[in-house]
Amino acid sequence: MTADGPKILLIEDEQEIRRFLRVSLVGHGYRLVESATGRDGVMQAASQQPDLMILDLGLPDIDGMEVIRQVREWSQMPIVVLSARGQEHQKVDALDAGADDYLTKPFSVGELVARLRVALRHVAQDTSEAGEPIFVSGRLRVDLACRQVFVDDVEIHLTPIEYRLLTTMIKNAGKVITHRQLLREVWGPDNAEETHYLRVYMAQLRRKLETDPAQPQFLLTEPGVGYRLSSCQSTE
Amino acid sequence: MPDQRPNPDALLARVQADEAKKARGKLKIFFGAAPGVGKTYAMLEAARKVGKEGADVVVGYIEPHCRPETQALVLGLDVLPRLEVDYRGAKLWEFNLDAALDLHPQILLVDELAHTNAPGVTHTKRWQDVMRLLEAGIDVYTTLNVQHLESLNDVVAQITGVVVRETVPDSILEHADEVELVDLPPDDLLERLREGKVYIPREAERAMANFFTKGNLIALRELALRRTAERVGEQMDVYRDRHAVRAAWPARERLLVCVGPSPFAARLVRATRRMAASLKSPWIAVHVETPRDADLSEADRAQLTQNLRLVEQLGGETAILSGQNVAEELVQYARSRNVAKIVVGKPKQPRWREIFRGSLVYELTRKCGDIDVYVISGDHEPAGAATRSLRTSPGSRGSYLWALAVVLISTGVSALLAFGATLEPTNLAMVYLAGVVAVALRLGRGPSIVAAVLSVAAFDICFVPPRWKFTVTDTQYLLTFLVMLLTGVVVSTLAARVQFQALSARRRERRTAALYAISRELAASPSRDQIARIAEQHVMAAADVRAVVLLPDKERKLLPATVGPAGFVLNVHEEAVARWAFEHGQTAGRGTETLPGSDGVYFPLSTSRGAVGVLGVSPGDTTPALDLEHLHLFEALAGLIALALERAELEAEADQIRLDIETERLRSSLLSAVSHDLRTPLSVITGAGSTLLDGDASLDPATRRELSASILNESERLNRLVANLLDMTRLQAGALEIKKQWQPVEEVIGASLARTARQLKDRSVSTDIAADLPFVPLDDLLIQQVLVNLLENAARYTPEGTPIEISARQEGQSIVVAVADRGPGLPSGDPNRLFEKFFRGGGAKPRIGAGLGLAICRGIVQLHGGRIQAENRSDGGAIFRFSLPLEGKPPAVPDAGGTGGEP
Repeated sequence: MTADGPKILLIEDEQEIRRFLRVSLVGHGYRLVESATGRDGVMQAASQQPDLMILDLGLPDIDGMEVIRQVREWSQMPIVVLSARGQEHQKVDALDAGADDYLTKPFSVGELVARLRVALRHVAQDTSEAGEPIFVSGRLRVDLACRQVFVDDVEIHLTPIEYRLLTTMIKNAGKVITHRQLLREVWGPDNAEETHYLRVYMAQLRRKLETDPAQPQFLLTEPGVGYRLSSCQSTE
Repeated sequence: MPDQRPNPDALLARVQADEAKKARGKLKIFFGAAPGVGKTYAMLEAARKVGKEGADVVVGYIEPHCRPETQALVLGLDVLPRLEVDYRGAKLWEFNLDAALDLHPQILLVDELAHTNAPGVTHTKRWQDVMRLLEAGIDVYTTLNVQHLESLNDVVAQITGVVVRETVPDSILEHADEVELVDLPPDDLLERLREGKVYIPREAERAMANFFTKGNLIALRELALRRTAERVGEQMDVYRDRHAVRAAWPARERLLVCVGPSPFAARLVRATRRMAASLKSPWIAVHVETPRDADLSEADRAQLTQNLRLVEQLGGETAILSGQNVAEELVQYARSRNVAKIVVGKPKQPRWREIFRGSLVYELTRKCGDIDVYVISGDHEPAGAATRSLRTSPGSRGSYLWALAVVLISTGVSALLAFGATLEPTNLAMVYLAGVVAVALRLGRGPSIVAAVLSVAAFDICFVPPRWKFTVTDTQYLLTFLVMLLTGVVVSTLAARVQFQALSARRRERRTAALYAISRELAASPSRDQIARIAEQHVMAAADVRAVVLLPDKERKLLPATVGPAGFVLNVHEEAVARWAFEHGQTAGRGTETLPGSDGVYFPLSTSRGAVGVLGVSPGDTTPALDLEHLHLFEALAGLIALALERAELEAEADQIRLDIETERLRSSLLSAVSHDLRTPLSVITGAGSTLLDGDASLDPATRRELSASILNESERLNRLVANLLDMTRLQAGALEIKKQWQPVEEVIGASLARTARQLKDRSVSTDIAADLPFVPLDDLLIQQVLVNLLENAARYTPEGTPIEISARQEGQSIVVAVADRGPGLPSGDPNRLFEKFFRGGGAKPRIGAGLGLAICRGIVQLHGGRIQAENRSDGGAIFRFSLPLEGKPPAVPDAGGTGGEP
């Protein structure tokens, strides 16, 4: 089973973190390629053709952002970024530059594995191209073909923008999506800085879909970064 | 046996003087008796000599009309370009001070020390330029003729009959490092003059007729030689002092000179200065204000101000006394100031007036006791005496008409009384007397005399038989007339005196009140800006002027402290004058020696630590000139303002030091708290990890799990602690950037709950958020931190399983978010203490955290402009509330249909 698990490239300069990730990820059935520097990591990414990359943003030789940019020139492999707390703008930059998700140090292995799973699933969807015609997360059910939204089997009416916002979130379900990415997708590239639009519509969407907008089940906030649609398939 | 050693204060003063001299440039004066003796030539020769020895010599200014052999000496020396000044269309050449300061040569040659600069140049006099050069550390060679010395000015005028207007203070010659006398016998000088070596022939003839007579030259030569000899004598004295040759120091007795508004007082002042210099005594010039001063004309006042200013220029002290009796005031003041000699002018008033009014000299000599009185000849009137011819009292014609009216009324009343009650004419005289007294009281002396004369005439004509005829047959009516006249004069004099006293008392009162008011208000004002504002108001209230206080900013650039309509705005020129006053610590501007062409006068606000600002005063629309009294008042005010500013600065420094101490104290307690809080989880992790590693086989699965769990818990604790420390550090360093965006508060609450989900997993958390809550400008990351800290605190300090409630609602212009629990409530004492750093609540687990969480919360909320507070709930538990102000307007959103259009 170890032999055919997804291949992950870990670029991280701290040896202790590499050691603990190696133990945990191999234990979860992943194959692991390690690299301690950015330049070596880019080379490994090209030669080893991994399915996913875990990238620490604070590298000794080149900036993590630079690694993302170089890799994105020729590969769409998912990139999960590791960063320290208090560097939100770095995370947002990394996500906008093409990273798929992020984790704040310190993190638990459970969280990491969940993120990896989501990222790999999106690759699978993209390659199959079809996507699910029906999205289900807990009590929320969206029929993408008929453009219908149900909560607890009750149909909810959404305005066109609200619907577009929801479907964009669904396309990236489980992954964090930055304000700018959402704005570009829903309102177009000219409005990428109008975070306020997004907050207004997101609040409306929450009031329609969530039982308690202050304790959302589906539309989760990532402060300073963006939003994440919970992809939990089951109710609690 | 007197003490042989010089006194220590004097030694210290000498050391300081020596040090000051070291930094200053050296002044060498080539001193001569008259033009043409060869001073410039001698100066240039000396310059060439030191130039050959390698000194850096530059010619700063040499008179352009100088003589051929002198001209030849200039060749080969560096010459500073002259400053070209346009004055009323004419081109004038002046010494270029700024260029000289920029070039900063070792030795600079500046001819004609007594020269008066063209208007528009920084200083009025060249000797001021030279002082500036010396201050800058440049050595100066210069030339000076004896007739230009201030204290010899009138002596020279007496000898030669030519009044020299360009003068140099004696102190410059006295303090010069070297004086070289350039001497030429009068015959040789006359010979040179005839040969046209001094002036061009035509001018020479005129000069020879007026100034260069042999007698004049001999007298001037004597003056110059004597002056030089005096200097040598002084040097000898200094030498003797330094080497303790002299047994005792002479007592410092002062000289006092009495100054009035007469132009001849200047002569008296100069004479006193000469006496004081030869006695090496300090001297004071005193003007005594008497009731008669009220009659002084504008011109007299200006002359008085000028006289007193001359005193200050010559290095004397000035004082203005007021009183009735000049001699008494003088003697009293002289005693209080340890004055040994009083100098007065020889009276020039007629003998009869002396009999009536008494003589100042006579009175002084009678009252002075052991003080010597020197009477100097001159056309001078004693101090305080007004030139009576200049007396003008406005509206006087009206007063005389009034006097006439009073006499007519008296006549009318007398007529009624005479025919009604048939009174004796002698009694009717009383009615007239009453009228004269009334006129004297209200209208002054002149009208009262007129009233007396008219009254006697009217009385005589109307009531004394034979009627309707002006004949005085009876001697008793002559008496009536005399009594009336005397009464009128006496009463009017007394009334004038009282009025004057009231006036001067009012003026003094106003001055004192101004000083008192400003000092009281300044004492209570904490900030520099406030001090400046109060100062401006008070200066403007004290006199009809416009005032501005200029304070230096961090780059020491002077800026107006307040921008008020009442103050005045400085143009570039005025700013430069203010700047000069600030840098040199001397008053500058209008009416002073420096830059007198400016509109305002600028007083440096000097403190023990140098100037802290400048007070600028510009005359108001109704006061065209500022007299000496005003200048002194402003100087006093400037002193008070400077003190207040210094106090404010010292206070700010003390605050800063207190803050530093506090910070230091916090830092040490932080270190001890942190070291404890870091070590505890680390030892748990180390212990558990090593147990797991060593006892690999012997541990049962439950124990292994427990050990792993404690490693995880302690790591999380460490993580929190480190995060809090970082936040606190950033908050304190002011590095926490706040990026406010309009957003719904529920979003942040949701995110915080998600982040604390693990800590709150066994509790019921209810949220109560008002449905129509508006968006609020906040930094989501920071506010999330506040909520996470509050929620973690709730989880930590309340029993497991108890509920937590979060609410948010609008209260006025803010959104108030509250986190409430059902725990044991707050510890006793002031709840605000909770938000202090390193404060830890008691309760179940007191050891967790460094006591930073709530301090961070407060810091963040305050950054948002809100407030945070804690209190106990009435039905048990604690509640933490913080407010976020709703400031400004949220950006508009196109076609956002409120809560969204339901189809």
